[in-house]
Amino acid sequence: MIKSGRVRLLVAAAAVVTAAALTACSSDNNGSNAGSGNKELAGDILVDGSSTVGPLTKAAASLYAEEQPKVNATVGISGTGGGFKKFCNGEIDISDASRPIKDEEKTACTGKSISYTELIVANDALTVAVNKDVDFTDCLTVAQLKKIWEPGSKVNNWNQVDAKFPSKPLKLFGAGTDSGTFDYFTEVINGKAKASRTDYSPSEDDNILVQGVAGTSGAMGYFGFTYFEENTEKLKALQVDGGAGCVGPSIETAQNNTYKPLSRPLFIYISKAASGKEHVRDFVDFYIENIDEVVKAAKFVPLTAAQKTTLKSEFEAFKA
Amino acid sequence: MGTPSATVPAAPDVRRGRRRPGEAAIKVLLAVAAVVSIATTTGIIASLAVPTVEFFEEVSIGEFLTSAKWTPLFADKNYGILPLLIATLIVTAISVVIAIPIGLGSALYLSEYASARMRKLLKPILEILAGIPTVVYGFFALLFLNPILRSLWPGGEKPDFQNMLIAGIVMGIMVVPTVASLAEDAMSAVPGALREGAYALSSTKMQVATRVVFPAALSGIVAAVVLGVSRALGETMIATIAGGLRVADIVVNPTQMASTMTAYIAGAGQGDLPVDSLEYLTIFAVGSTLFVFTFILNAISIRLVRKFREVYE
Repeated sequence: MIKSGRVRLLVAAAAVVTAAALTACSSDNNGSNAGSGNKELAGDILVDGSSTVGPLTKAAASLYAEEQPKVNATVGISGTGGGFKKFCNGEIDISDASRPIKDEEKTACTGKSISYTELIVANDALTVAVNKDVDFTDCLTVAQLKKIWEPGSKVNNWNQVDAKFPSKPLKLFGAGTDSGTFDYFTEVINGKAKASRTDYSPSEDDNILVQGVAGTSGAMGYFGFTYFEENTEKLKALQVDGGAGCVGPSIETAQNNTYKPLSRPLFIYISKAASGKEHVRDFVDFYIENIDEVVKAAKFVPLTAAQKTTLKSEFEAFKA
Repeated sequence: MGTPSATVPAAPDVRRGRRRPGEAAIKVLLAVAAVVSIATTTGIIASLAVPTVEFFEEVSIGEFLTSAKWTPLFADKNYGILPLLIATLIVTAISVVIAIPIGLGSALYLSEYASARMRKLLKPILEILAGIPTVVYGFFALLFLNPILRSLWPGGEKPDFQNMLIAGIVMGIMVVPTVASLAEDAMSAVPGALREGAYALSSTKMQVATRVVFPAALSGIVAAVVLGVSRALGETMIATIAGGLRVADIVVNPTQMASTMTAYIAGAGQGDLPVDSLEYLTIFAVGSTLFVFTFILNAISIRLVRKFREVYE
């Protein structure tokens, strides 16, 4: 705790310096929609929803707080469903979502005559990584992953995954049970969020997962793609066959959505009423303008140039 | 020598002396300082108790104490404290097995055998060990000692990447300075006359150390040991980093990973738990359980200290 506190302090300090530098540089910028210039805004912004998207919006909010300290953004994490429930009840301004809005949620929004726009803000990708000594396979199917990870699974040797694999103990590492990564992985692999075998090694600290998989013979683990990317020399990423052949995780396969089902776009939803409020509109403008930094800070896969253009034009059209 | 000579003036009665406002102010400040600790303890108990009561409104105490699964953060939820409790006891037991012999051994050496120069060298080093942050011990265990343990492991299945054994061992090492330093103080406080009396009866050095000094200092030694156990019981970073966060099932094999109560609290607290959910309340239920344990331990230690106290004129 002490460690992360200090790191956060450092990050915050760095952010202050960067923000100061940025404001100094951008004062004579054309600044079409990068915040409302020097005007000081105040007010509350209520955000709720997915625990995966939460860190992204929090990163945007903490960067934004350097520019507009009197705007107070509160980011809750009730889950995508919980977020939409509040959103379509008019209780919040922005809903974080790790999936598109469902039809019944649309109906709820229409019922309260809440109109909204959907914006893709990042790409999420998980990596199934194994120890380098797992040299007998490069790819697993979703069914095989499910067999390993489903609740009550007793698989503890690679030869139980596939009879063709040699006998080698299979040690499992995974995301901590209250992270968005855990929810996502269990949802797409086991079919239900938080449904998982319980006898694996969980950690909220992805670096410990990387160390564990890298240091344990026959180990397998899953975590965000960016952590794998920083440790490619220590780990081997498995390709995943979601029904359309084996695809390995990469920025490209996450962006073009072929790395299925372990990659997905992440959304925020903004209501018309919220975008009518100047401070909310300004925050979303800032979020979009600084999307690369925000995505990097929250360790997701960045948007493609085309995605960024869409993001910008859609919000421009919506707020107009 | 005993009777004062007539020329010395009678000491003025301090309490009846002239009023000094500075002294009154200092008294108040000191009283406030003493009250702070009481207020903090009360505050902690209150902040633990309220959410704990809320927790037990939804989960029965019976399930909490008897269920063998702790899975509040999984889809299939169970609320049995036993997996966490057993892991805590195993790790603490391992650390005690390490800390007591090494701690008391070094206390005996420092107090009875070491030369003055050796003591001057050793005691500060021991106290430096007490000043190392536990997060450093945690990574020392995980990334340095555990790989050594695993490479030296004789046959069979090697210990996990994180395991209770290494967490317990390093926790024991962490506790050594506490035990050694307090026990050494207790032993040094034994009056020299007792030792000399024993030597006069032709005791060997060993006999003096083990049959005279040790029993005479027992009260302080017990206090040192209990304080050490309390520290191990409440230790968090080493348990989290080196012992792991596997919470679900009862694990009795110390070479496997399992989460102690403190590690569960730290792990769950780091994540994204929505405040006021039942999952969030589990943190306080576990915290209260831990509190009850340390409370019992302290009560026992006060008892023991009184029982073994030997008073010398």
